[in-house]
Amino acid sequence: MNEILTGTYLAQGDWACAEGAIAAGCRFFAAYPITPATEIMERMAVRLPQVGGDFVQFEDEIASMAAVVGASYTGAKAMTATSGPGLSLMAENVGLALMTEAPCVVVDIMRGGPSTGQPTMAAQGDLMQARWLTHGDYEMIALAPASVQEMFDLTIEAFNLAERYRLPVLLLADALIGQMYERLVIPEADQVRVENRKKPTVGPSDYLPFQVDDSLVPAMACFGEGYHFYVTGLTHDESGYPDMSPQGQGRLVTRLCAKVRERAGEIIRLDMYHLEDAEVAVVAYGMVARSARRAVDLARERGLRAGLLRLVTVWPFPTRFLDGLSHRLKALLVPEMNCGQLVHEVRGAARGCSVHSLPKPGPIPHSAEEIMEAMEGIEI
Amino acid sequence: MSGGQVKFPLDDLLRRDRFPHLWCQGCGLGIILSAFCRAVQEADIDLDHLVVVSGIGCAGRLSGYLNCDSFHATHGRAIPLASGAKIANPDLKVVVISGDGDLFAIGGNHFVHAARRNLEMLVICSNNFNYGMTGGQLGPTTPFQALTKTTPFGNWEEPLNLVQLASAAGATYVARWTVTYTQRLTNSIKKGLQREGFAFIEVVSPCPAIYGEMNEQGSAWQMWEELEAVSRIRDGIPPAEASLDIHERIICGDFIDRERAGYTLRLRQNRDVARQKALASYG
Repeated sequence: MNEILTGTYLAQGDWACAEGAIAAGCRFFAAYPITPATEIMERMAVRLPQVGGDFVQFEDEIASMAAVVGASYTGAKAMTATSGPGLSLMAENVGLALMTEAPCVVVDIMRGGPSTGQPTMAAQGDLMQARWLTHGDYEMIALAPASVQEMFDLTIEAFNLAERYRLPVLLLADALIGQMYERLVIPEADQVRVENRKKPTVGPSDYLPFQVDDSLVPAMACFGEGYHFYVTGLTHDESGYPDMSPQGQGRLVTRLCAKVRERAGEIIRLDMYHLEDAEVAVVAYGMVARSARRAVDLARERGLRAGLLRLVTVWPFPTRFLDGLSHRLKALLVPEMNCGQLVHEVRGAARGCSVHSLPKPGPIPHSAEEIMEAMEGIEI
Repeated sequence: MSGGQVKFPLDDLLRRDRFPHLWCQGCGLGIILSAFCRAVQEADIDLDHLVVVSGIGCAGRLSGYLNCDSFHATHGRAIPLASGAKIANPDLKVVVISGDGDLFAIGGNHFVHAARRNLEMLVICSNNFNYGMTGGQLGPTTPFQALTKTTPFGNWEEPLNLVQLASAAGATYVARWTVTYTQRLTNSIKKGLQREGFAFIEVVSPCPAIYGEMNEQGSAWQMWEELEAVSRIRDGIPPAEASLDIHERIICGDFIDRERAGYTLRLRQNRDVARQKALASYG
């Protein structure tokens, strides 16, 4: 059975995500049904056994995320997919994956919340949950696809980042992106770039499971390879043993943050549209960024020099880039399908110009006209 | 002996640099650890393929003393984490060792479903009737009317019969022992290790420092003597009749021993069906 279904399709976003995962080498998927992410698991239930992988529907999202961590430690590329309520349940074990540096991918197809909210409708209310999902100090990587094609491409990218930095990577898509159908091109297998975690170069007697080099990312042995290593969610030292000293806590959480912060430049991907000469720019991601792109065209037709910064990577946040950009602009506009989350992060970063919020709780995304009018309404 | 290091019979199975262990004097977890190590030796389990997962609590620390791949998971989630490992690599011999609160309160749902699936793993529960690590609170096995820090006037809840639950959920091997039956416990763990299905062993283990102290059960020695005095072996009786009253009667034995296809075996069969159907539909 083909592992990569090369071809051109009219495909759904969730379907594209599942195919992206398989193309990236995902061979373990554990999840619990939840709208609007269920189509990912339904596709995985068909495809994984065909390609020699394992699909399991667990009793809840807590178990699903725990199983993903367990599978990751056998060397498998592992994934789960859910929506807000399920992501809330996964929080603690996403923290376990961060603490034990278990590479994996967590997909969140955002629906209206809080609580049960609007299960079948779109929203962008999980932006801050994606950043601060679990307790403690850590850095998250979260990618925000804005098309069916990106559901495929960024799922592969999420696996590559997870393997490179040994952490859980979030794919954060609003329900409209997950549920929409549009053109998808699945490339030839040799065009798909796949990264794999760094393996130990020393034997079991010399192996320290959390010892790092300049990359700050430890080499990962797996269960069953004879390394006899111990992993704990407790603060631990290089040997993996619990370390309750003040220095131990500082060393570990500083490194866990630094391994992402110091590589933020390599991780962050931004999509820029007409920013070169822009006076006013929109910052957006996901479905709203599609309306914003059209709004920029409409505004330019009417003489306003508008631009768009689309966040492909939402976390880590492009703080330095936005600050630099803000000094070349007169204003930034932040439309988002919630009551205002991204705008706070933009305000914190962009010190060179005014920042304007355009919140709109889901499920209907902003129209291009709404965004254009908001841009025109800013006094510059 | 070079370097003055004395070699003990279980050294190869233990992380010597992790000792002394953190358990209190009179705790039964040391017996469970040594019984487990002896069973691994006697069953000739390949240490390179043994994975021991535990949750949070006193028993949760056991995995850290074993010289094999081991994982100290989040509270209540040892079984699903172990399930992920076993499913992704069925060649592993997967064992979960944890406490009654971890496995049956916060983690109870996972226990039921792993047993129902017949996941090929051995689950050992150290039942000490309270939450020891957090200082002696009510657990799902705390006896009726017992004193704990959160039932200061006596427990008004009734405890769960773990072997009855395990059996009802579909476990293929179910046993209960107290830590005073060290040889039978070792033999039972050996059986559990050799089984290709969900095996469950409850080990009644005294907690003299906290539970015993609160309930005026006397010294560790007196608790162990009482445990021995009230325990009886009744192999093969229906688990529902395997009562557990720490002052009156503790029924021990092998209660369930049956065959059923394991979960990862069925997953492999599912792969074969999926491949055949795919070939048929794509020509």
